[in-house]
Amino acid sequence: MELRIPTRMGDGFMVAMTRSELRADIEDATAEAARKAKAPPLTAGEQEHLLDIYASPAAFTAVDIGDQVVLSCDGGGSKMTGTDLQDLLESEQRLGQDILELWHIEYSYKAIKTILPFQQQVMQNVQMMLTAPVQYGAQPNLAFYSRPDGPVDNWFELLPRGDIPGARAAIEEAMDLATKDFVYVGEGMLDAGADGMDFDTTGGAGDGDFLSALRAVKHLREKYPDAGIEVGMAGEFTIGVHGELEWEGRRLAGLWPKGQLEVCQDAGVTLFGPAVNINTGKSCCWNTAYSLTVIKPCMDVARIPVHPNVGQGVCGVPVNGYPAEDAVSRAAKAHVEILRCDGL
Amino acid sequence: MDVTHALAAGMGGIRTAGDLVARMQMSRGMRLTEAKEYVAAKLGCSIVDLSDSYAMEQIRGEKGLGRILDHSNLHPGEPNAMMAKFRIAELLGISINSVERFRELSGL
Repeated sequence: MELRIPTRMGDGFMVAMTRSELRADIEDATAEAARKAKAPPLTAGEQEHLLDIYASPAAFTAVDIGDQVVLSCDGGGSKMTGTDLQDLLESEQRLGQDILELWHIEYSYKAIKTILPFQQQVMQNVQMMLTAPVQYGAQPNLAFYSRPDGPVDNWFELLPRGDIPGARAAIEEAMDLATKDFVYVGEGMLDAGADGMDFDTTGGAGDGDFLSALRAVKHLREKYPDAGIEVGMAGEFTIGVHGELEWEGRRLAGLWPKGQLEVCQDAGVTLFGPAVNINTGKSCCWNTAYSLTVIKPCMDVARIPVHPNVGQGVCGVPVNGYPAEDAVSRAAKAHVEILRCDGL
Repeated sequence: MDVTHALAAGMGGIRTAGDLVARMQMSRGMRLTEAKEYVAAKLGCSIVDLSDSYAMEQIRGEKGLGRILDHSNLHPGEPNAMMAKFRIAELLGISINSVERFRELSGL
């Protein structure tokens, strides 16, 4: 009888699977990802490597010595350690994070606009006390510009009514407002000494969300040529809520990570973070195989560092507020060793 | 989760040369291999040294690049934080935004 190995489902629940069952999950996931993303499946060697990572009862795993990568810690820290300054010092001095991020619990550019001087002062103070680079991060969250939260008609109400022209007009109006906010906050934080800006969970409200961020990136890149600009995505597939939006002639709706990366690097991004959403009904092994297959085409065309998002609920990490160490470390090792990515 | 990633795959920040490699990724958009080679050449060390906390503690101390501070590892009189960033900018040949802001606001 084949040995059963403790492993986890995409929601974090622990189950036991045999090596054969894990192998079958990898084969199924890479075939499905290849079909959806029109990407090649993982090679036999890559599948075997992934199987070795997951078919282990070890409580923890890690990359080989010398293979460590840069960690861009979006939304890092706990927010429970005194002030933001203390939290970041702890992240630098105790956790050894490579790129730190100052962020506010109201993690949207629209909200940050209203407290920009406060965040600028914190950034100035933080920069005096820390050695490692500190960027500022928030999410585009385009939907916050629609009623009842914002001034623009709600396209998610207009679309079900069949008012597609009205919905598109509303998205375009929201995009103009959003890009102004992203630029306002970005300029403010870079003027306060930030090492870079992070557009986290970009594309969460679809192609309009993505385009409004790209426009801001281009503006900030031209004004601040040395600044780090990170774009982390919301998902592996850009949803065409508008459907007709383009970046320099390229339609954004339907882009998979390789296409997302290409428009990002053309816009002036210096760190790209692909995100591949978890399927909670599948094992973490299945999810990591799927993620690797979807992201792998990025690695051949990247001119900038690629840092797959390995936070809660993406890229093989369970969708759980407190993901287990065995699952997180396996996802990290797999992405670093199989993708040869530039960071996480 | 932050701790798990740091131990499983992270370079180690200022415990090692993680912050220096990160700065080359952020400011020049360098891929990992290029950034590691660039920093190793500037430091005069090997690629493996960059994520070796033993080696980098010595190198950072010698070059004044800032080190981890705790009760058993204190370095009064040695550059850290903003002071260290002046040296990092010079060593790596890059402009660090907060250093330039400090220079401007302090009238240096």
